[in-house]
Amino acid sequence: MTPDGSSHDAATLRIVERFEALPALAAADADLLRRGRFLTCDFEIGVGPIPLLVRMVEGKVASIARGPFLLKPWVFAIRAPAEVWEKFLEPMPAAGWHDLMALTKVGRARVEGNLVPFMGNLQVIKDLLALPRAQQVGRTGR
Amino acid sequence: MKPRFEPIVGRYLHLELSGRPHRLYVEEAGQGIPLVCLHTAGADGRQFRHILNDEAITAHYRVIVFDMPWHGKSLPPEGFEREEYQLTTKSYTEMILDICTALDLDKPVVMGCSIGGRIVLNLAAGHPERFRALIGLESAAYQQPWYDTEWLHRPDVHGGEVCAALVSGMMAPQSPAVSRHETLWMYKSAGPGVFKGDLHFYRIDGDLRAVVSRIDTRKCPLYLLTGEYDFSCTPDDTKRTAEHIDGVEVTVMEKLGHFPMSENPEHFRTYILPVLEKIRCA
Repeated sequence: MTPDGSSHDAATLRIVERFEALPALAAADADLLRRGRFLTCDFEIGVGPIPLLVRMVEGKVASIARGPFLLKPWVFAIRAPAEVWEKFLEPMPAAGWHDLMALTKVGRARVEGNLVPFMGNLQVIKDLLALPRAQQVGRTGR
Repeated sequence: MKPRFEPIVGRYLHLELSGRPHRLYVEEAGQGIPLVCLHTAGADGRQFRHILNDEAITAHYRVIVFDMPWHGKSLPPEGFEREEYQLTTKSYTEMILDICTALDLDKPVVMGCSIGGRIVLNLAAGHPERFRALIGLESAAYQQPWYDTEWLHRPDVHGGEVCAALVSGMMAPQSPAVSRHETLWMYKSAGPGVFKGDLHFYRIDGDLRAVVSRIDTRKCPLYLLTGEYDFSCTPDDTKRTAEHIDGVEVTVMEKLGHFPMSENPEHFRTYILPVLEKIRCA
């Protein structure tokens, strides 16, 4: 539900559910866990109006929580509309939709906050965000 | 067992560049028309190993690949430890001309990628009589920056890792993983600040929009090929550049990105072999 009580659209919720599979998807990727072992922080993935708080502990996705939140801190945030994430998460994304920085270059996605841990772990974060590509479209993700 | 060597020969060339002595690593293979290949910013000549090993090319071309100073197996010049490396339009142009002179190359073809693709535009505008033809891969007179280059060289972010992570998305997802990771390895193993120093040319000193309208392709043919997945130098960037150059040939390469020769060598040759054939038969 949104803060004003209305429902989010189905497309947005489908993307949220795909990102909510990240703890299990990341746990199954031993290489990503190894490369991400220095990343411990809370960061946000914004899917349109819905924030997802991702808790990273030594490269593991310890938890992911669905907002809205009240004054919940995060270190950095990566936000895009649901329709952008949908194209980004295509199994074989089209040119220009295939990489996080391709999205930020043209303003389709936004990265904000403390960028030192973001840039220091950039490949890990990009790979993490792309993990739901492997899921079948329409899977609930839970 | 007979040792299995590739036909590539690597040697060190001594010459002066920008008035300073340099020791430059140069690889070559094949015989015929000299084809000088220019690697991308922050990488080295290993990007062209498949071109050097391609018998369809080396049967007609003497392929020559050098590591720029500070890159690969070429050392920085003496005293480098007290300066910040910065490539400029002038130093890059002179470097290519000086190397062609030192190797006594008669009207070589130059094929450059990314910054190498940018500088061939300057060669085409200023020195067409020196070259048989010019090929720009991922080439444009200007393109919009997409990150602050300060991230590339600072103590709290690993330079090699962040350089590779930034450019990783510039390759096509269809390119084989083994080739994509080999391409990234060169970024991971470059010297500190070298990628940033190359981008000084790309971002600050090398806006060639006012220069490209001087290019006369009747004096020297120019071919521009850009991968559809290159979001740094996009096909539209290349097409915008080409609008100001009569007679230039533009190809958008499907399922390729910013590093066509190394991210998917097999697929790239389907685009580059016809161009080389055309140059040879002209």
